[in-house]
Amino acid sequence: MSPVLTVSGLAKTFTMHLRGGIELPVIANAGFALHAGTCAVLGGRSGAGKSSILKMLYGNYAASGGSIPVRHRGAEIDLASADPRTVLDIRRETIGYVSQFLRVVPRVGALDIVAEPLVERGMDRDEAARRAADLLARLNLPERLWSLPPATFSGGEQQRVNIARGFITEHPILLLDEPTASLDAANRAVVVEMIAEKKRAGAALLGIFHDTDVRNAVADIVIDVTSFAPDKKAA
Amino acid sequence: MTAATYNFAYLDEQTKRMIRRAILKGIAIPGYQVPFASREMPMPYGWGTGGVQVTAAILGPDDVLKVIDQGADDTTNAVSIRKFFQRVAGIETTTNTADATIIQTRHRIPETPLQEGQVLVYQVPIPEPLRFLEPRETETRKMHALEEYGLMHVKLYEDIARNGHIATTYAYPVKVEGRYVMDPSPTPKFDNPKMHMSEALQLFGAGREKRIYALPPHTDVVSLDFEDHPFEVQRFDRPCALCGAEQVYLDEVVLDDRGGRMFVCSDSDHCETRQAEGFRGELAGEKLDASTSDRTEEVI
Amino acid sequence: MDRDLPLLSVRSVTKSYGARIGCADVSFDVWPGEVVAIVGESGSGKTTLLNCISTRLEPTAGTVSYRMRDGEMRDLYRLGEAERRFLLRTDWGFVHQNPADGLRMTVSAGANVGERLMAVGQRHYGNIRATATDWLGRVEIGADRIDDQPRSFSGGMRQRLQIARNLVTAPRLVFMDEPTGGLDVSVQARLLDLLRGLVHDLGLAVIIVTHDLAVARLLSHRMIVMKDGRVVEHGLTDRLLDDPQAPYTQLLVSSILQV
Repeated sequence: MSPVLTVSGLAKTFTMHLRGGIELPVIANAGFALHAGTCAVLGGRSGAGKSSILKMLYGNYAASGGSIPVRHRGAEIDLASADPRTVLDIRRETIGYVSQFLRVVPRVGALDIVAEPLVERGMDRDEAARRAADLLARLNLPERLWSLPPATFSGGEQQRVNIARGFITEHPILLLDEPTASLDAANRAVVVEMIAEKKRAGAALLGIFHDTDVRNAVADIVIDVTSFAPDKKAA
Repeated sequence: MTAATYNFAYLDEQTKRMIRRAILKGIAIPGYQVPFASREMPMPYGWGTGGVQVTAAILGPDDVLKVIDQGADDTTNAVSIRKFFQRVAGIETTTNTADATIIQTRHRIPETPLQEGQVLVYQVPIPEPLRFLEPRETETRKMHALEEYGLMHVKLYEDIARNGHIATTYAYPVKVEGRYVMDPSPTPKFDNPKMHMSEALQLFGAGREKRIYALPPHTDVVSLDFEDHPFEVQRFDRPCALCGAEQVYLDEVVLDDRGGRMFVCSDSDHCETRQAEGFRGELAGEKLDASTSDRTEEVI
Repeated sequence: MDRDLPLLSVRSVTKSYGARIGCADVSFDVWPGEVVAIVGESGSGKTTLLNCISTRLEPTAGTVSYRMRDGEMRDLYRLGEAERRFLLRTDWGFVHQNPADGLRMTVSAGANVGERLMAVGQRHYGNIRATATDWLGRVEIGADRIDDQPRSFSGGMRQRLQIARNLVTAPRLVFMDEPTGGLDVSVQARLLDLLRGLVHDLGLAVIIVTHDLAVARLLSHRMIVMKDGRVVEHGLTDRLLDDPQAPYTQLLVSSILQV
């Protein structure tokens, strides 16, 4: 079965203009593929560029080189060179993302934040809210918090809102940036089960998990990011 | 023979030609405010300098002039303007609406329907109907040019929001020939329907604001309104106390300091003509003499 | 309307005042339903650009075209004045930084909202008032304030009223010039949240000028960074903020105070 997303020759170099224009190469010649129904995990020491890869795959960071062909609306599109509107469309339809931190929106309640991606895709508000409630309940977020804006929630509570928001849609590809970092064991287990369900539903997942237990539980393959280190390439 | 020192009708011939050109342009574009080089007149602004200049420009030696102020021929403003033209033009004057060829008016249209060949000259203080909400002249001109008249309805909306009905009772805006929105001068809205399809030529002169506009005979004049708040004229729940006329505009006259009052025709000529024809109102017997010479006018 | 075709096309727009440059050689497109933020510091030319593309200031060079409701792309500076003004009060909105510039301060809130309806020919008082009431509700102004003049409103309320006044004719494109400038932070947050909801619910295209990167992040899909009248960088808002490429954008992003 052909991959839903391929990374080929991907590079990332930061140019620090405020520090005399020094170049900071982070990733060079990265290559791997994501397949439907599997979960790949980015491995490697902290600072190896796992997060940068994930962000380039979401279009949040610009790729300095290489290509990221992704299957989007039945065609193959290079995410690395796509224009902003295409990137936004890919995010709406094809690639979902669960970030480490929730970027809070003032005054919007947790339930609405979780339901928003469905409403944006045209789902009826009530139905979207019902699904959001199911997810929040499953993640053990106390119901009294659902109507409150998460700005004042604890880290773990915010992260569960974030996970629910990321998992509520049926994106064929889902990127996970340390989604379990602030969770207790019980909630980590819920997330592991949710990832397994996504796989069964045919989604391709790519994640960063610093928790070894979670990683072992979900990973089908581990991609060693240290092999994409620029100095190694130079050597 | 002091009048001999003046040119006929006071203004020099070049000025009259200039004003006539403005009048002709106004007639050609009904409702459009034509700027003109308003002259200093031997009376203060606010006393009808615009109307006087229009009258002076159209007056001929054979014309018969009537001047009314809020319907009456015998108030200070009317008397002095009538005397002015008697002196500077030597023309005949009248108080009888039907006999007049030119009627200069402040704030009323005579009750007797005007006829073909007659000219009604209005004295106008503020010719710009949009001025209430838009102070910039450059902007109001543009709004007229582009027919952007939503603002007029904003004013009427405010009226209804505040009072439950359109409370504007005078200077009630009209749309002329489906094109220009026009201020009909501070006449009561009671008179607005008389402007519509009038047999007479109607000319409007604003001296201080230096504008002339016109309604040629048989012009379509529609008062602005809302579908659910249609235009309505004032109604009076009693006839004229002197002549018994109904469906005419009445003035309230205070009779004493004990709250006594009566309602009489604002159009003094109309009232007197009816009384001469034998019509009588409820107070006609005892008050007839006093009330025609000592009218207390409602000041708008 | 084809959502794959741009609504507004800006091509090589330049505005110079003699030797001084207001904005130079700016080109971009705006698609239906898209929020584009123009950011930069004071004097960067962002407001000049906004005025140029909203027909308020004729550019020295370049073209600005707009897709009219009939689908035809028209050069805005070749429209007749009547067409242009009609566009401005029906298909467009303009939200000024100072609400007094966009409101009639001496007429009621209801009339402020209703004016555009009356301008396009609505003549039923009851309907106009019902629509105004509805819109005041949508911008969180109580129906009991409908007959009050905006003079008696707070800054945040005035700004919300200005927004309602602009949106009542269901425009497709709204220009905003620092709409949250001059407001207290808590009031700003409420307004931003409200704008975000309205933009999304109505599928509005918005071009918003702001010097506040947080405003740009919250509201916009794409961002244009300006400096000295020129575009130094443009692209996806989150990419520009999280991975800025141009030296000036990096400076701008690194200058944000973190809380």
